[in-house]
Amino acid sequence: MSATARARTVAGGGAVTHEGIFLAEQLWPIKGQLVLALIGLAIGGLMGLMQALDRVGIVIYKAMLMQTYYQGLTIHGVLLAFLFTFAFSNAFVSLVAIRGFERPLASTFLAQGAFWTMLVGTLLAAYAILTNQATVLFTFYAPMRASSLFFLGAALLVISTLLTALNLVLTRRAWQREHPGERTPLLGFVGVVTYVMWALASLGVVVLVVFFLLPWSLGWLKTTDPQFNRILFWYTGHAIVYFWLMPAYISWYLMVPRQVGGRVFSDSLVRLAFILLLVFSVPTGLHHQYVDPGIPTVMKVVHLFTTFSVVFPSLVTAFTVMAALEDGGRARGGTGLLGWIWKLPWGDPSVAAQLLAMLVFILGGATGIVNASYNLNNVVHNTSFVPGHFHMTVGTAVTLSFIGISYWLIPFLTGRELMGRRLALAQAWLWFVGVLLFARGQIAAGLLGEPRRSSIGEAPYRDLISAGLDNWLTAIGGTLMVISGLLYFIVVLWTVFAGRRLTQPLEIPVAEMRFGARETSPRLDQLGFWFLIAVILVAIAYIPTILLYLPLQSVSPPIKVY
Amino acid sequence: MRIEAYERIFMILAGLMLVLGIVGIGIGALVAGVHVPSPAGRIDPRALSTTPPFDQPGLRDLGGGKYEAVVIARAWQFQPDEIQVPVGATVTFTLASPDVIHGFVLTGTNANVMVIPGQISQVTARFDQPGEYLWVCHEYCGFGHHQMYGKVVVR
Repeated sequence: MSATARARTVAGGGAVTHEGIFLAEQLWPIKGQLVLALIGLAIGGLMGLMQALDRVGIVIYKAMLMQTYYQGLTIHGVLLAFLFTFAFSNAFVSLVAIRGFERPLASTFLAQGAFWTMLVGTLLAAYAILTNQATVLFTFYAPMRASSLFFLGAALLVISTLLTALNLVLTRRAWQREHPGERTPLLGFVGVVTYVMWALASLGVVVLVVFFLLPWSLGWLKTTDPQFNRILFWYTGHAIVYFWLMPAYISWYLMVPRQVGGRVFSDSLVRLAFILLLVFSVPTGLHHQYVDPGIPTVMKVVHLFTTFSVVFPSLVTAFTVMAALEDGGRARGGTGLLGWIWKLPWGDPSVAAQLLAMLVFILGGATGIVNASYNLNNVVHNTSFVPGHFHMTVGTAVTLSFIGISYWLIPFLTGRELMGRRLALAQAWLWFVGVLLFARGQIAAGLLGEPRRSSIGEAPYRDLISAGLDNWLTAIGGTLMVISGLLYFIVVLWTVFAGRRLTQPLEIPVAEMRFGARETSPRLDQLGFWFLIAVILVAIAYIPTILLYLPLQSVSPPIKVY
Repeated sequence: MRIEAYERIFMILAGLMLVLGIVGIGIGALVAGVHVPSPAGRIDPRALSTTPPFDQPGLRDLGGGKYEAVVIARAWQFQPDEIQVPVGATVTFTLASPDVIHGFVLTGTNANVMVIPGQISQVTARFDQPGEYLWVCHEYCGFGHHQMYGKVVVR
């Protein structure tokens, strides 16, 4: 049993003790998933080097033991977009919920089940990809054939998150029984909302894999309908970005303010933002399909409006988090309009990484609005503009935040002091500089028409697209990000294996509210009601579209082209 | 419910910003006439080579400066992979795939469309300047994906 299981922490003024809420049998699956997440980040991130250098014609996929560029690209996408994000969220949000509800998770069986399904799913998918039986990228669009082991593995990764979702909902219910009539603690609430949103959002990919792709890859179904499959994929495929982001938001809203010594404006607005994310995240997927031939314009326009709606809670986040940061900066002696910014604890690697992640997210959000903007999409769709955009969102806003979180999370879980703090600071800044160069390169090249997901280094038309300088920026920026990743793993391994024992157990940072739950409308606490609204909106956005596809035009047998 | 004045102002500004964005998009669509591709029919990919117009891929002169380019996108080439038109031509590209999903982006224009088995894709571009316009496949379609491209030569 680690030191943390006996941790005694004091939160926000009152002498609340947390003895006994972290059970050893619930902590090991949390730690286990964190390890899986970091293995995914390490291997998936390393593949990024191959892709970055490819832009300038340096082809090293053979040196990385890959058969093709696209096999490495598949590993990059699957390990980072699915394994790293899912496993980290499962670990982090479970821990946050325990602290938020100040009680253990409702089910130890589900907590451990989430770990085992994540592990088995990873092994199956990894086996299929490494043996070149599933070089289908993380989008696995039919009719490109992949091994059924890959689809089974992907399904298990999602099931692992759904087990966590069920556990969180049960934990909230148990808390409510123990505290009749009280408002759900905000820190627990935001974790549950994140996973309830994802439970609704993952439905598309679950149906796609279980009812179409798995039977089709096994030969039970002879053909499938690629256009319809894409609708199911993107039903999940956009909402998933909010599932990646919301754990980072939890930290930005409720933990970073504490770390910088500030208070959060109000319980109401935080709750409202998360509820809006629940309601508007899912019915937005068609904006990824603006240039698909088979979808009527009117449905695309419906999703244009819902996509713009979901930008709103992100703008609210910008305000709320900024206000809390300003509060912290002023409490530390910052004066003037912007003077508080320099007073923030930039020397703390956990804080610095997350502040830099937020800065990059401003650009990531702005370029996301370009993608969502119907007619602008004609210029950028499937060009390298898109990876330029999402390396600033999931690639930095999320990843660099998770890295920042891990700078307190790993000491918390291991009872060891964070080692190499200056190295950790350099890591965060290097990532920041790297991603800005990388994204600048990808975005500019995309505007000139450079396609995404292509081995540009080997493309005969490479010299016909005048993106020479842009591709160099991409290559240099991407390389800096990989070096930054390397520094991160040095810090992590140093801390885990040689870190000094903490004399006092760490506490999970939890911010105080200026205006607390008592001022919040009880309506904002009724998760069932908002979930119903979300379901209705999804039905409006998707049922007419899906009806157009019935009966299905199942015309495509599986084809292996890699 | 307690909403601070700052919070209220910020929410109104955020809402206004998004409304402004949507108005901008509306102007682009209604005034400048920029539209996304819309459904152009279904087709059985297994019978592509015997289904008109894909039984005879190539460029057709529709008269009055208008052309139709019927292009098959298959792993890993466009067929045809080059068309020649005069300056001022308006070309409608009609595309379909007999195998996996492909993409079509014509650099320097707004023409951008997915080519999905079972669907016919259509986009139109006007060529007012002489030169060569590159088009490339922009959806991963197997290990030869990056070799898949074509061009419009405008004289």
